[in-house]
Amino acid sequence: MFRKLALTALTAVALTGAPAFAAGEGGYVENIRFSFDGPFGTFDQNQLQRGLQVYTEVCAACHGMRYVPIRSLSDPDGPGIPPEQVRAYIDQNFIEVWDEDERDYRMATPNDNFPYIESAGAPDLSLMAKARLGFHGPYGLALNNLFFGIGGPEYIASLLTNYTGEEVEQYGAILYENETYPGGLISMAPPLWEDGVEYNDGTPATIEQQAEDVAAFLMWAAEPDMMARKRMGFTAVILLVILSTMLYLTNKRLWAPVKRDAKEE
Amino acid sequence: MSGIPHDHYEPQSNGAKWLHRRLPIVSLMYDTLTIPTPRNLNWMWIWGIVLAFCLVLQIVTGIILVMHYTPHVDLAFASIEHIMRNVNGGWAIRYIHMNGASLFFIAVYLHIFRGLYYGSYKAPREVTWIIGMLIYLLMMGTAFMGYVLPWGQMSFWGATVITGLFGAIPFVGDAIQTWLLGGPAVGNATLNRFLSLHYLLPFVIAGLVIVHIWAFHTTGNNNPTGVEVRRTSRKEADADTLPFWPYFVIKDLFALAVVLVGFFAVVGFMPNYLGHPDNYIEADPLVTPAHIVPEWYFLPFYAILRAFTGDVWVVMFASWITGGIVDAKFFGVIAMFGAIAVMALAPWLDTSSVRSGRYRPMFKWWFWLLVVDFLVLMWAGARPAEPPYSTISLIGSAYWFAYFLVILPLLGIFEKPLPQPDTIEEDFKEHYGTSGSKGDTAATPAE
Repeated sequence: MFRKLALTALTAVALTGAPAFAAGEGGYVENIRFSFDGPFGTFDQNQLQRGLQVYTEVCAACHGMRYVPIRSLSDPDGPGIPPEQVRAYIDQNFIEVWDEDERDYRMATPNDNFPYIESAGAPDLSLMAKARLGFHGPYGLALNNLFFGIGGPEYIASLLTNYTGEEVEQYGAILYENETYPGGLISMAPPLWEDGVEYNDGTPATIEQQAEDVAAFLMWAAEPDMMARKRMGFTAVILLVILSTMLYLTNKRLWAPVKRDAKEE
Repeated sequence: MSGIPHDHYEPQSNGAKWLHRRLPIVSLMYDTLTIPTPRNLNWMWIWGIVLAFCLVLQIVTGIILVMHYTPHVDLAFASIEHIMRNVNGGWAIRYIHMNGASLFFIAVYLHIFRGLYYGSYKAPREVTWIIGMLIYLLMMGTAFMGYVLPWGQMSFWGATVITGLFGAIPFVGDAIQTWLLGGPAVGNATLNRFLSLHYLLPFVIAGLVIVHIWAFHTTGNNNPTGVEVRRTSRKEADADTLPFWPYFVIKDLFALAVVLVGFFAVVGFMPNYLGHPDNYIEADPLVTPAHIVPEWYFLPFYAILRAFTGDVWVVMFASWITGGIVDAKFFGVIAMFGAIAVMALAPWLDTSSVRSGRYRPMFKWWFWLLVVDFLVLMWAGARPAEPPYSTISLIGSAYWFAYFLVILPLLGIFEKPLPQPDTIEEDFKEHYGTSGSKGDTAATPAE
């Protein structure tokens, strides 16, 4: 808890205007193999649950997730946490939301969205995995995006793991050198520590593991219906291929006499 | 309907006769569906059906989306997320609508370039061409305003940049811009009127599509040879044509199904590939994105807009001769709209008596260079406005104008066309008679 508070304080202090001076260029994004890559990829439910843990214990100190309904944690295509455990999750983590009618904070219910946190000035994470372009080019042709994907979760995982350890003071604010962040200097202090969280499933909580888990979780948060979407894609493609074949044969049959006449004369 | 001799609807039963005397609607449908169509149409003639499908698809998905969308600067972005997360199947409807716009433009560009290659714009089809260009302009307006509605960063800044173009008009620009936006800057009034127009314009497009079809049903379809259907006798007309139903309906439906395989693969597996990640960040008037890039289908014209900077001699000359009234920004705006205007004027700029590019040996090369030019401009439009991209854009823009204003008029004088077949029947027999059934399924856009 202390570390959470310390982090909140740190980042709150660190947040001021855009960096005018860049130590490095940033932009380094590693292509990580995620379970949900490609048309056949699906979310790894255990990974999403670990990612939720990282989000809750680390990120949620400063970052909100205002568009994600808490009840969607029970989604079988998502983290798949049973509804009663979701309620327990709210109570344990003391998740409060602003009630517009009461003009006060109250305990969240599963039907509420995750809180909107703006006090620290940290960006909302609901759509972060879709709002960042991890891969570029080559030469502006967007072919890398075609083969590797947009790269949002890769960007997040790279950002979290590629701090150089250098700190720069600018206008009284401390900025941290990061090889992924555009411009190279980010106001967020390195948030992850070795064994900073303790995973229930016994997975060693290395920084890389935590970063990948939370990146996967944020991909789910940004695109909760990804698996349903891919299933729809398959159904549609298969049905349309069958329809195309049938129409092809119909067309061939229909035109055959016309083409035969043209050949004979 | 098209002046091509063919059979007409004759009401048989008493009921049909009764209706026919009062409203000949069955006759209209019959004549429309059985219109004699040149039998040698190739696979580039399928995009019209794809376009009609896109229009219906966009209207249907759009009507559903607007039931759940909130046009307010504070709520619009959240309402899109509401559609994506809470509305049953909302994500599917939205992704289809998003990517449907891209399919619409892929189809319209192929349709336009097909017309340019086979000379479909030439007499007597100029009106069809002009109406087509109007539809294309309305499509661009509709797509642009639709892109503003999610109220992401690119929505907001794209709207700011594009409406700013009108501010470049001398003397009255600021007033026009304020009038368009409904205020001094892009805001709630802008969002509301954009939704209103985004909902209205597709129906205007639908009306123009009917006129577009009416126009080419009056003249008859063009075809890959550019040779007209014989209208002297029913027998000759029948040898050149086949009725639209069932021959071309089934052929077009097959092509549409194949196109939709690709479309649903994109929607299902990479729905955000053609979009911009910045549009998943809510609009913030205080934070300008590093690169403001329009959607891919605007990029060629965006490149032309940016190509004419203050250090280009034509711009300097225009500025000098008008006493500074035409500055670089206004020149760019004129160039962008001019690029579409010269395309619309193609029927009168092309002096060649031969319609189809198939029988124009020199034209072919210039045409394919224009296609490459279009793609290069598209690429340059997405790059930052700095060397070497600014130079590439300028060369590309120059060729675009040169093609329509210089090359098309001159080719008609200097080019010696190849012999054309006398009739469509002859072309059809040559295709299927001597060379077997080649080109049965393979698309032959290159000819």
